[in-house]
Amino acid sequence: MDFMTLLQLLDTTVRLATPLLLACLAGLYSERAGIFDIGLEGKMLAAAFFSAAFAYSTGSVWLGLLAGIGISLVLSAIHGLASITFRGNQLISGLAITMLAGGMTVLIAQDWFSQGGRTPQLEGAARFNPITLPFAEALRDVPFIGPLYYELISGHPILVYIALALVPITWWVLFRTRFGLRLRAVGENPASVDTAGVSVVTLRYSAVMICGVLCGLAGAYLATALQAGFVKDMTAGRGYIALAALIFAKWRPWYALWATLLFGLFQALELRPDLIESALGVKVQVQLLGALPYILTVVILAGFVGKAIPPRAGGEPYVKER
Amino acid sequence: MGKMPHWADIVLIPLISLLLAAVLSSLVILAIGENPIAAFKLMVDGALMRSAGWGYTLYYATNFMFTGLAVAVAFHARMFNIGGEGQAMLGGLGVAFACLYIPWPHWSIAILGASTAAALFGAFWALIPAYLQAKRGSHIVITTIMFNFIAAALLNYFLVNVLRPPRSMDPATAKFPEPTHLPSFQDMFSTAENPLFRGAPANVTFFIAVAACFLVWFLIWRTKLGYEIRAFGFSESGAKYAGISPVRITVIAMLISGALAGLMSVNTTMGESERLVLNSTEGAGFIGIAVALMGRSHPFGVFLAAILFGFLYQGGAELALWTDIPRELIVVIQALVILFTGALDNMVRMPLEKLFLALRKGDA
Repeated sequence: MDFMTLLQLLDTTVRLATPLLLACLAGLYSERAGIFDIGLEGKMLAAAFFSAAFAYSTGSVWLGLLAGIGISLVLSAIHGLASITFRGNQLISGLAITMLAGGMTVLIAQDWFSQGGRTPQLEGAARFNPITLPFAEALRDVPFIGPLYYELISGHPILVYIALALVPITWWVLFRTRFGLRLRAVGENPASVDTAGVSVVTLRYSAVMICGVLCGLAGAYLATALQAGFVKDMTAGRGYIALAALIFAKWRPWYALWATLLFGLFQALELRPDLIESALGVKVQVQLLGALPYILTVVILAGFVGKAIPPRAGGEPYVKER
Repeated sequence: MGKMPHWADIVLIPLISLLLAAVLSSLVILAIGENPIAAFKLMVDGALMRSAGWGYTLYYATNFMFTGLAVAVAFHARMFNIGGEGQAMLGGLGVAFACLYIPWPHWSIAILGASTAAALFGAFWALIPAYLQAKRGSHIVITTIMFNFIAAALLNYFLVNVLRPPRSMDPATAKFPEPTHLPSFQDMFSTAENPLFRGAPANVTFFIAVAACFLVWFLIWRTKLGYEIRAFGFSESGAKYAGISPVRITVIAMLISGALAGLMSVNTTMGESERLVLNSTEGAGFIGIAVALMGRSHPFGVFLAAILFGFLYQGGAELALWTDIPRELIVVIQALVILFTGALDNMVRMPLEKLFLALRKGDA
């Protein structure tokens, strides 16, 4: 494998890892606050459709992005209502939201566009187009660094850079601010937060809403940046891969970056199985590559390689003592 | 003791949830410019007013009975088996191996063999998550989700690389041999002068599903093991004090659950398509969750809810055929049922409890 092929592979990795990273960080906020969210997939899917639909009809990708975040917030509010206010089963709620999004997106897409559950192709300003970073053209001919900078680092849509920036920001918010401390505490021991006079309900709702915004970004990226328009079930299990990455990352922001990049690499290799064959000299089944994130997560969960310990109060509704 | 009479808990709450789901679905139908009453009538006509319609309704209901029972058994041990889909896929592989590689003399023996294979394969796929939950404390919901995807990849591998007949482009097995073909309702109930269930896929597996409902009821409420499963689900620490091993109950409950989910594929793979195709489960594993919630984890409730969802499925297919309403409407209804009966249960329950308390005060 020569240098340019490697760069192309890594470039694809970054592009495919971005939605996983955004969804993974979304889940991170929610689960750190003690709200399990297996509805990441559904929120991404709904956001993907609404961002594509609004970007198409308004011609502005930014309005599309807002619409995507909006619908994702609505679904988050339902999840919050079910799991915080009515103390229902968070897993069932997440599952219902994913199904709801899967059905509604096709219903609405068919009603609005009559193209078999998809949106029309997006063009021009209705998409997030690649941006060329400063000096990329000038440095292009410098050996090694030039192509690295031009091919791999420069030339991604803005959401990729936002996603990458969100990693240190999330770390800072969670581990260096008062809000972050309380958010983590509410996922470990909500009673102590309540005793300190801080509202468990407000904290958990804000975490769920942050999760909604990030899922909105992830969905919008899928439909307006990675691809040009919405197609039925376009998330294709990415919400669950993000969930797997979250466990793989042991609920930590920087680990989340590495985990999603690793899973992104698997997805990139799935598209180019010939590369592994030429590099390793053995033929690897594409199905195995597709299943690898899930298999690795089960191994991690089993505790054979390091132990992934979830936030202690995860999944449990908080009942105030009376 | 209870804030509500028992009948309100098991009948009224599911009915109100269903009503809420129906109202919201009607609004959705209105919003896309169709008439909900006409749509409902079309669904009833297509699913219940002809014997062929019933043949489809009961065919779908058979699937949902198996997956609904699977989820219900796990619920009794307070576990959420979201992996019915993957367990059913593995069950399908079991059926395919049994039907393709063993020369069965007659369908009545073949169905026993295939059912055993389906149950074993499904149970095997539930065993690893169950073991990890019991021994290593890995959350069963997450592991079963992961196992759904691993099962899909495995099935894909087997269909594309191993079981696909040479020179076939389709990722599916060869047609199963003639002696394994199960009698359909048409074969069983039609006479020359009175044709019934024409072309419908309902088959003899339906009766196995009904028997499974009865057996699960017997197991849960009439055996020591069932008592232990319920005790464990009610209070893990209490069960431990009573000498019930949590590891044993977790593993056994999940094995039964996985076996039931696996049995579903006897209906789809052996009964209907007569070969194993890639998407033979068609999301029935997830519908099982709606069915179990709706049926309050009681086998009789599961039986009724499965028929209801069978009706919705067949009715939805009719809608997609005759109107502009896509099949996905059923997914929306199903999501709403899960949302209201599972996640927003307290939203329905709290006002109702208050109402009953007020009524009781009025009596006293």
